[in-house]
Amino acid sequence: MSGALLETRALCKSFGALDVARGIDFRLDAGARHALIGPNGAGKTTFVNLLTGLLQPSSGCVLLHGEDVTRLAQARRVKRGIARTFQINQLFRGLTVLENVCIAVAERMGAGGGMWRPAGRRTEVVQEAARLIESLKLDADAGRRVGELPYGRQRLVEIAIALGLNPRVLLLDEPAAGIPSAESHILLDAIAALPTDIAVLIIEHDMDLVFRFARRITVLVGGAIFADGTPEEIAANREVRAVYLGSALDA
Amino acid sequence: MSTPLPAAIALARRHRLQWWEALPWAAGIAAFFLFPNYLAFGTQVLVTILFALSLDLVLGYAGIVTLGHAAFFGAGGYTVGMLAMHWGWTEPLSGLAAAALVAGAIGLLSGWVVLRTHGLTLLMLTLCTMALLEQAANMFSAWTGGFDGMPGLAFKPILGQFEFDVLYFRSQYLYALAALFTCFVVVRVLVYSPFGRSLTGIRENLLRMHAVGAPVRARQVLAYAISAALAGVAGAVFVHATGYINLAVLGLERSAGVLIILILGGHGRLYGAFVGAMVYMVLEHTLSKAYPTAWQLGLGVTLMLVALYARNGILGLGERLVHRWRVR
Repeated sequence: MSGALLETRALCKSFGALDVARGIDFRLDAGARHALIGPNGAGKTTFVNLLTGLLQPSSGCVLLHGEDVTRLAQARRVKRGIARTFQINQLFRGLTVLENVCIAVAERMGAGGGMWRPAGRRTEVVQEAARLIESLKLDADAGRRVGELPYGRQRLVEIAIALGLNPRVLLLDEPAAGIPSAESHILLDAIAALPTDIAVLIIEHDMDLVFRFARRITVLVGGAIFADGTPEEIAANREVRAVYLGSALDA
Repeated sequence: MSTPLPAAIALARRHRLQWWEALPWAAGIAAFFLFPNYLAFGTQVLVTILFALSLDLVLGYAGIVTLGHAAFFGAGGYTVGMLAMHWGWTEPLSGLAAAALVAGAIGLLSGWVVLRTHGLTLLMLTLCTMALLEQAANMFSAWTGGFDGMPGLAFKPILGQFEFDVLYFRSQYLYALAALFTCFVVVRVLVYSPFGRSLTGIRENLLRMHAVGAPVRARQVLAYAISAALAGVAGAVFVHATGYINLAVLGLERSAGVLIILILGGHGRLYGAFVGAMVYMVLEHTLSKAYPTAWQLGLGVTLMLVALYARNGILGLGERLVHRWRVR
């Protein structure tokens, strides 16, 4: 009955006495442009970690295409179409931008374990990686080591890697954090250019970006869903304004 | 398709042979003619290079820190020793294959168990693997010769043609050189393959490697097993060349020694094993002759200097100097 790509049911996670996810029911439909917002410590990143399998929930389940993937390891979920970026860059700092993206593309194409033909000669992998790098305007830096790049450029590499996995569901954990505002349009353009049928969930504190991007917003507070609705509904919600949005919107 | 990125062209060329890569082999062959009286020593250097090269695959590329790599060197050595002693299997080339298989299998099995862990736990478990094998070799003395090992092993001529040369070590030297070259080709192909790049990825960022969907542990275990097989070949060549084996091949001293050699030369660089083994063993050889009582002091000071001022080993220092010279 449902077209939900990714769904959670009564998802709970606690670290000792601390409940960081409290019965989260959530769904992400094909083609969704969804934002997850909330104050610091609301459990947004934990929620993404539960979705990707980096963390195991204490109870509840995660469904992908209607199949229960709760016990599936991270790498297996990636193969089924979940890709993410990290709040803090997780890159191969000693390798070039091109190599970073190539590693992701090679894994997606199932070529990551090949032992014979040199990696640089896998033209199908390298071309795909180069195309992604160009689409994110990273071509001038393609041959540079990631560790040498300014943080904002590294953020874009993070996104290129996720896109290289050709995801059905893309989870972006504060993608704009650290990107100079003059360059954030590159990020927005890249997200806008994504195939319309893939689902995108974005965690972001930049409300400007959230309200430009999202067609649906979920507000998470204290590990539970506080509000959920269209951007207009969320913007008009008095409680949300009181808890979180207030100053961000009035400013 | 637009014009390819310069970085893509560079990447497609990176695995190509460089002119200087002929140097170690030219030097190896030249040494055969120039130092006919040092070929026994030369053979030991070649065996050590091969052992260090096998370690480079796991330590330098996959980032797996191990203090138990001598376990596989010993497994290979004991394989050919026991085959010769108990079954009269003295044909050397099939012995090398058997040694690689046995050591690789032990690597696969122990890697599958110990690579669930990281950091210090992993370090301890690699030590334990080696200690287990060492104890086994000590206890089952009917098979292994126990503490005394197996002296006086004789092997058939190589390819049925070349007798192991007990006085001048000529055939041993060339045999070890050929084994090193073959294994080197394997390692070189591996590190430039996507598999090798994914090992580097695991070393650089484990979290990210999981998040791109790579079967991280399977890759690590496979790399560990391949490395173990190559170390096994080194151990087998050692036994073929010297005709004896004892518990010393399995000890912590050998594990730690090869680690020091690789770090001295520069890990994760393929040729670090060559430079490290050469420098370490030549220093050891000359210093122990010149100062029989205090030679370890000289070696220690050298190692400290390298650790302090050449963080990526001698090759790392060389790379930096070349880079500086080119920039100028």
